[in-house]
Amino acid sequence: MAALYEGYTLCGLVPAQNLSHSGIQGIEQERDSDHVVVTDSTRSVTLYKVSDQKPLGSWTVKQGQSLVCSAVFNSQTKEYVAVSDNRVIRIWKEEDILLDKAFKATVSSDVWRVHCVHGGEPVVLFQRGAVRLLDSLLSAPQQPIEEILVQEEAIRWSTNIVAETQQFVIFTTEQKGDHFLYLQRLNPNTLQRYRLEREEPGLGPLSFSASYRDKHIHLLYLYPNGHVYQSVVSVRGLGTEEGTQALPLPRSLLLSLPVGEGLLEAASAMVLDEAHVAVVGVPHPSAGAGKDFLCIWNTNFQTLQAGKEMAGKIYGQLWCYSNKLFIPHGKTLSVIPFVCPKSSLASALGKLKQAKTEEKAQPSRTVETRKTVCWLTTAPVEDVEKEVEGLLSRSDIQDLQPSVGQLVSVLVSRSLTDPAFYTPSTLAQLVHTQCLCHSVCPDLVLLALEKKDYFLCQLCLQFFPDIPEAVTCACLKAFIRNEVLQTAYSDNFLLPHLKDLSSQHVVLFLQYLQFLYLKYSQDAFPQMHGLRSPSLTQIMDWVCLVLDAHFTVLVMTPEAKGLLLNLHSFVKSQVRLVSELGKIEGSLQELNKMKVNKDVGQYSIEIIELF
Amino acid sequence: MGEFKVHRVRFFDYMPSAIRAMAFNRQSERLAVARADGAVEIFNFSDNYFQEKVIPGQDSRAVEALCWVDQRLFSGGLNGEITEYDLENLKPRYTVAAYGGPIWTISSNNQGTMLALGCEDGTVKMFEVLAEKVQFQRNFDRQKGRIISLSWHPSGTLIAAGMMDMIRVFDAETGHATHRLLVERGVGASKSREVVVWSVAFLSDHTIISGDSAGKVQIWDGVTGTLLRTHLVTKWDVLALSVSQDQSSLVAGTSEGTVIQFQLISSTVGQQDKEWVRTRTFKNHSHDVRALAHTETAVVSGGMDTQLVVRPLLDKVEKNTQESSLRKIVFPHRSLVCCAKKAGLLLFQFPEHLELWRLGESEGHGKPGDSLTVKTKPEKLIQLKRKGEDHICCSALSPCGGWMAYSTVSSVRLYRLQYNNNNIGITKVSRLPKDLCSVHQLCFSSDSSKLFASSSHSSVIVVALNQQECTYLHTLKPKSSSRQPVHLLFASEDGKWLATANTDCEIHIYNLDKLKLHCTVPVYSSYPTAIAIHPLTSNLVVVHADQQIFEYSLEKKEYTEWSRKLQKLGLHSLWLERDTPVTHITFNSRNPAHIILHDMFMFCIIDQSLPLPEAKTLLYNQMTLRSVPEPERIRHSHAFKICKNFQHLLCVRLLEDHSLVVVERPLLDIMSQLPAPVRQKKFAT
Repeated sequence: MAALYEGYTLCGLVPAQNLSHSGIQGIEQERDSDHVVVTDSTRSVTLYKVSDQKPLGSWTVKQGQSLVCSAVFNSQTKEYVAVSDNRVIRIWKEEDILLDKAFKATVSSDVWRVHCVHGGEPVVLFQRGAVRLLDSLLSAPQQPIEEILVQEEAIRWSTNIVAETQQFVIFTTEQKGDHFLYLQRLNPNTLQRYRLEREEPGLGPLSFSASYRDKHIHLLYLYPNGHVYQSVVSVRGLGTEEGTQALPLPRSLLLSLPVGEGLLEAASAMVLDEAHVAVVGVPHPSAGAGKDFLCIWNTNFQTLQAGKEMAGKIYGQLWCYSNKLFIPHGKTLSVIPFVCPKSSLASALGKLKQAKTEEKAQPSRTVETRKTVCWLTTAPVEDVEKEVEGLLSRSDIQDLQPSVGQLVSVLVSRSLTDPAFYTPSTLAQLVHTQCLCHSVCPDLVLLALEKKDYFLCQLCLQFFPDIPEAVTCACLKAFIRNEVLQTAYSDNFLLPHLKDLSSQHVVLFLQYLQFLYLKYSQDAFPQMHGLRSPSLTQIMDWVCLVLDAHFTVLVMTPEAKGLLLNLHSFVKSQVRLVSELGKIEGSLQELNKMKVNKDVGQYSIEIIELF
Repeated sequence: MGEFKVHRVRFFDYMPSAIRAMAFNRQSERLAVARADGAVEIFNFSDNYFQEKVIPGQDSRAVEALCWVDQRLFSGGLNGEITEYDLENLKPRYTVAAYGGPIWTISSNNQGTMLALGCEDGTVKMFEVLAEKVQFQRNFDRQKGRIISLSWHPSGTLIAAGMMDMIRVFDAETGHATHRLLVERGVGASKSREVVVWSVAFLSDHTIISGDSAGKVQIWDGVTGTLLRTHLVTKWDVLALSVSQDQSSLVAGTSEGTVIQFQLISSTVGQQDKEWVRTRTFKNHSHDVRALAHTETAVVSGGMDTQLVVRPLLDKVEKNTQESSLRKIVFPHRSLVCCAKKAGLLLFQFPEHLELWRLGESEGHGKPGDSLTVKTKPEKLIQLKRKGEDHICCSALSPCGGWMAYSTVSSVRLYRLQYNNNNIGITKVSRLPKDLCSVHQLCFSSDSSKLFASSSHSSVIVVALNQQECTYLHTLKPKSSSRQPVHLLFASEDGKWLATANTDCEIHIYNLDKLKLHCTVPVYSSYPTAIAIHPLTSNLVVVHADQQIFEYSLEKKEYTEWSRKLQKLGLHSLWLERDTPVTHITFNSRNPAHIILHDMFMFCIIDQSLPLPEAKTLLYNQMTLRSVPEPERIRHSHAFKICKNFQHLLCVRLLEDHSLVVVERPLLDIMSQLPAPVRQKKFAT
């Protein structure tokens, strides 16, 4: 299973006023995988040591100037290359302090970006589609630059890839709603143009990601409707004849991500390896809208492998360098290490078979679930119950979690919007699978409370490991039962919420706790209580917590007085008992010691016999 | 055999002193050990590690280093003086001030002509060893910081000196420093603290090995002055180093109580290049190992925990022999307790003082295994602090309890004790004969009318005692020309005989009626560790360091029949394997056939009327005898009745009322009085 680890902050961000832009222009790898160069959207370039979360150096262009694109690091010459004010190429070294004093060259056409693969030579891509190696460009900076793109055609995205020994510049363009892919090979130079198939009208790709493997360039692109396509171009048959005629680019649907309502706005998908794609800005299938997640999907099995909620707004930007994802969100740039183990791809032959059968079953299930989900949003109650029951009964338990999560969230959201619709038995059944937790369907407990379905609440309290303290208290308010007492909680978080209880509630609750406690302490057979009864210590802890939260109120409440006195005398007798037991323990231990110390006198007169 | 009433005494708070330094003399196989109280002990490694000589300490003398030059023993101490010891009269021969502040180390060259001293003031001082003295020759270039350790190159031309933060190499001819080897400090908090080079060793191939307070053993190239290898062996200090004679093995002692062995071997099989490789770790001490000696076959170590440990190197000795077993020497090989058997009094000897105790009394009777009710508790009657700087070397209490005497290397003191009900009167006898000044052993006659004191050249001074005064009677002298001191004295019950044993292994018998030598017992190769004369038969019983027992008839001047039988049959192997010497012999007046003797771990009643144990016989058979019915016991019985009920014995005596007194000092009690086993803070570090 792929996994996302605990992330850490590399630096803070200064996002644009309307949060439309993260404030980061680009992140490029520096000398090794632990160093990156971060270029912000205005004027500065900063070098970070990632593992130390520490900036090592920073360079800024003069006020009024601006950087056009992400600065890159030329590892051959140990130089940084950046472009300012569209046409000025700047080159400097780490020891240079002032950018203004470093090397500058002005070229004759506007630059789109400088690219440099690690260990390779920097390449300059001009806004009009021309490409030059940096060296050859600098030998005559004012050389004429040809125009490749037609009028109204503009570059949307570009990258640089080394396939075997060949260096490629890949860029996509948009012209009146049509999207094109250009593959520019360097030395010898060839250019190939492809036309991307049209998606639904009005939808253009949100993000691109290119990778090279098995002598093919794989281009992955995400549309706002959640579709992730892959196109594969062979590098071999490329560019035997140069032509401006755009070839159609075949594509295959790799993933259809759930987008909820509406379309994606700021999202991106990035290839991690042949089977894994990192996606940011697409809702988690079982987490409801309004939350921003970073997810890793397995494209072979179309399964969600790992997900992580990102606090704050996501800008749809994502970079990946050697098993670390760099993602700007809210006001921070986080680094999130991840793994995508290959073994899950059934590299071993024996496993491969198994994986294959799974592969067959899996899409059918997800497809089925997906179908069901669509259908669930409209079908009448009885049919829904039947259908879900059928789905649960015929499916094997493995990998149930995503489908169950999906089903529950659909059911819950429908129940919330449509007051007439409620399927208690189905929900109970789904909770019973124990595949759910509170975070998968945060609204379920509240829904159950709203519908006064205490049975379902009870089930949730029993099976969910992660119910927030606020919700626990909400349950308490609604009804006072055993199950509440058994849920896991933390004192610190619970206390403020407990304070929300009214004094009548508190008294009632305390009475109930006292009743339980007396019953238990009198009962000689505690093991009879069964699984669902709280333990004695759990009861005591709750008594203490409730008293802590409401002590002053209780003291002022006349009807609580008797109760408090009772509790006090009870506790007093218990304390006395414990101290008496302690004394007995002490004297028994003393007896034990005396036996050992019997012989350790300074002097004794003994009788011995020799034979 | 029968029942005994036993006074089990644990109130003798004997506390051995920590071992501070040692030096091994390979020629004579003698180990000299210096203790924290200034005492110097000589152990004979060729005779069962017997402690043959003890030179008592002195308040002002803190011995920091010992050094043999041929058969002469020198020490240097924090009082800034060099001392040569008189090993015949067991006292310092002379002391010479070095005028360099405290002396940290002392080392002689291989030729035995020069002594080098490391002093607090930063000088290495050279003293020439002359026949009767040492004479200051010169100082080496003075350094900043004290000289802690020294080692001569075997050629005698160079000296390595361990200091604070560095090692200096000096040219012994010119006295100039030729190299400076910087020793790295410890890491972390100890970075700010100077590192002390506690020990250095200079090998023939010019390798210098150092042990320091940062826990490192470092190997240096003494020619180029470069560090070759660092072994971090402890978190605390490496306090001592010792190299084997063939320079192929090295041991390092640490504050953690470990001794770590390094060997010069090729790290890969078949390769010629040899290097120092850490091979073994021995942990026989609970506290700092302050002193080490690497003998041919064993590693000898000692330190704060006061024990001298001889750890054989199993690749150098034959397995499963006496030589291959670990030895721990904790108690002195002589008695520190004197018992007035008629009066029921015990005299305990400490270096600083004497304690006189009266034993308690019991009430009623009991069966074997019972403890009787103590009616009267034991009572400390007198605590007598010694006078002067010198520590007590020997003491004696007369059998009637009326006289008490002790001696230091410089003087003898005699006291008259009087008991009036609960009052004890103690009177110092003021005018002692002038011959009675420096003695090694003291002993009263059984009727308390005479005091015997062994003096120089194995002579014994006889002094007559009466109510008020004491008068010189005679000096008994052996016919041999031995210059060695007498370490054992025994006066017979009937007042007729006096037996002496000296460190030349000679036993002389004097006739006290005639005040002349009666006979000399044939010399046996091992030291006598205890001697006694039977009150009825006048047979002398001798036990030696190698555990052999002899019985010699004084009348016939020959070994007795029983003794011959014992020698012919041979002692039981388990008896011979015991590793502590018998330190006292006594007899049972009720049964003349009984000889009672003890070592540290057992006491034994030898019944001469019973058959001797043969090789296959179970030697320790008390448990068996206890379990079989009485008629059968005789079948299993043999002469050696060994009782191990009481352990870590300092004394076993038979009182006149036939009850036994055993004085125990459990090692745990000693351990519990030691400081906590952490790194010891040494002066000026």
